[in-house]
Amino acid sequence: MAKIYSQQTSKKINLQPKDETISFLLNYSKALSVINYNKLKFEALLN
Amino acid sequence: MKTELIQDAALVSRYINGDENALSVLIGRHKQKIYSFIYSKVYDKDVTEDIFQDTFIKVIRTLKLGKYNEEGKFLPWVMRIAHNLVIDYFRKNNRMPKFDNAGEFSIFSVLSDSSLNAEKSLIKDQVESDVRRIIEELPEDQKQVLKMRIYQDMSFKEISERTGVSINTALGRMRYALINMRKVIEQNNIVLTN
Repeated sequence: MAKIYSQQTSKKINLQPKDETISFLLNYSKALSVINYNKLKFEALLN
Repeated sequence: MKTELIQDAALVSRYINGDENALSVLIGRHKQKIYSFIYSKVYDKDVTEDIFQDTFIKVIRTLKLGKYNEEGKFLPWVMRIAHNLVIDYFRKNNRMPKFDNAGEFSIFSVLSDSSLNAEKSLIKDQVESDVRRIIEELPEDQKQVLKMRIYQDMSFKEISERTGVSINTALGRMRYALINMRKVIEQNNIVLTN
């Protein structure tokens, strides 16, 4: 039993997306604009 | 829980109305759940990152195009998108465990239908009727012992008591019954295998 207790617990993996991913998404969102023309919708990425 | 749902819905509508900060709050609130969900399926951090990104690109486009109509159910909706993208990923990479029967291991060798199919059940009937016919050819004393042993599942002790002969005689009759049956089968080239 002592052996089991002394065993290292597996490393906790940090399950979070990278900051770059989040910032990419926020920038993508800001850049994406939808243009309505008559009944049509056009997407435009404005960088 | 309810307040969170309302807040999500409110944030979604604020985002649709042009508040970019609302998206930041939504992502911040749910990123861990969504990321963990994807990771639990693909077990690869880079792939998880890609799918997470694609999920939110889809979310952003849908919201901006005004196609979102599941107010109050933001997280389940995003999870569904992530789930679909995970499936797409496996499909594209052909990593879905498939049992195509091409490898050494065949799943059908483990999983089999124990009931007989039509052909096998016909063969079984045929074999059984052949065996019965052969038994009828045996001398009466041997036939009696064999029927008691095989069809009535009696022990040799019971057979000896019933027929009034010793156990050894019953055993001998059974032995000769089998020898004679084999002889008949060989002589007539009868196939008794299913």
